[in-house]
Amino acid sequence: MRDLPRVVITGVGLTAPNGNSLSEFRTSLLAGRSGVRSYEIRHVGPTLAGVCDFDPLRHQKKKDLRRGTRAGSIAIWCANEALRDAGIDPARRDRARIGVYPGVTEHGNVETENEIHEVARYDFDLSFWSHHHNPRTVANNPAGEVTLNLGLNGPAYCLGGACAAGNLGLIHAVQMLQLGEVDLALGGGVSESIRTFGIFASFAAEGALAHHAVPTRASRPFDRDRNGIVVSEGGCLFVLERLEDAHRRGARMYAEVVGHSINSDGTDFVQPDPAGQNACIRAALERAGLAPEDIGIVSTHATSTPSGDVIEARAVREIFGDASGVWVNNTKSFIGHAMGAAAALELAGNLPSFADGVVHPTINLEHLDPECDIKGLVANAPRTVGSIESILNMSFGMLGINSAVVVRRPPS
Amino acid sequence: MTQDEVVLAVKDIIATVAPDEDLSDLDPAVRLREQIDLDSMDFLDIVMELRKIYGVQVPEQDYKELASLDSCVRYLLPKLAHKELHCAAKA
Repeated sequence: MRDLPRVVITGVGLTAPNGNSLSEFRTSLLAGRSGVRSYEIRHVGPTLAGVCDFDPLRHQKKKDLRRGTRAGSIAIWCANEALRDAGIDPARRDRARIGVYPGVTEHGNVETENEIHEVARYDFDLSFWSHHHNPRTVANNPAGEVTLNLGLNGPAYCLGGACAAGNLGLIHAVQMLQLGEVDLALGGGVSESIRTFGIFASFAAEGALAHHAVPTRASRPFDRDRNGIVVSEGGCLFVLERLEDAHRRGARMYAEVVGHSINSDGTDFVQPDPAGQNACIRAALERAGLAPEDIGIVSTHATSTPSGDVIEARAVREIFGDASGVWVNNTKSFIGHAMGAAAALELAGNLPSFADGVVHPTINLEHLDPECDIKGLVANAPRTVGSIESILNMSFGMLGINSAVVVRRPPS
Repeated sequence: MTQDEVVLAVKDIIATVAPDEDLSDLDPAVRLREQIDLDSMDFLDIVMELRKIYGVQVPEQDYKELASLDSCVRYLLPKLAHKELHCAAKA
């Protein structure tokens, strides 16, 4: 990594169930404000979800919304807000040199379910099947909608990576910049998954769908009484640039991406493997040239499932052991599991720690599960720790995909 | 449906398909695409709405008949004469 160009984050655009900008999101994370609420979707009935409330008409026309997808709309929001945050007008750049890389857990389920629901009203007469189905369901849809919205001409496609996808989008953006394929990249993740009943039904069938009388307390990673995942929508795209380009234009920098790793367990469709997670984290640290004790914040993936959290806690304990000054938190406790957007949102919410020296907590931790006891876990209230120098952001997904990103305080 | 109601039916569908457009000053004799932002996918949407709301089939070779409001009325009036006006937004 040292021989490759250095890459920095210079803009953040996001929508989360508890905020539509980094400052709103961070404020919610420090105030303990959840974004989980009661939610109802066809066939499933009343359940819980994290729902976003950004105004899509800020960047799209009504016809764009009618024609496109929710994932596309989220990506367009995030891309526009990230570029604005970075102080970049794409019309003044070489638009063939801008890449767009949203990670997605899945894409097309929402649109296909909607279409089947519609055509069922006509007794499955396929002359009523929409001509919009294919452009809505192709795997590059969210990235492609961003290029249509902004008039971009560079390489743009999605990274399919189950619930690790948000890190994948960021990592791919870094790699494309380092390869010299693009001069500016939008990388991160998006998710519209709350609009497919299938994802709720499948988690329920696995016994992995959260339930709680109080919606905001349903997502409770590492808590003894956790009972599953809260599915959420959201998105986060980072503007990434090579360090020398960012310096040249005097850009404000949030962080430098110094390490990353993606690997596979190769063991099971759904059950994670601590050996794979552990190897992934160690590889990211090695690439960053950092030891475990150099990490200031470990942003965990834990989704509030009974077995997954234990496995992840074991992997974190094995690597970080008794290292002091390593603080551990979790964002899903606030917003639920934003699927393809999760990793990107979880990194974004921690970036302000470089500036304010505060670590946001994991909330809803009323009774710590002894098997999830991790040294440095910041429980229920933010902790002022002073200087943070580096953040490790972990994200794992089905079929055994693991990802880890290490970012450092930006160079002055 | 009367001729005026066919115009209402078509304009209502266009309002659904092209919700950003102002339809108040449409010249019925001029091609729709010269007055508002409509592309080929939008015309397919108009055909689909006619099929869903009124059960009217417009074969591909007849798409050109939907070019202007006047031509829409000429083409659709015989097909809609015995149908009731519906609001697309409620369909």
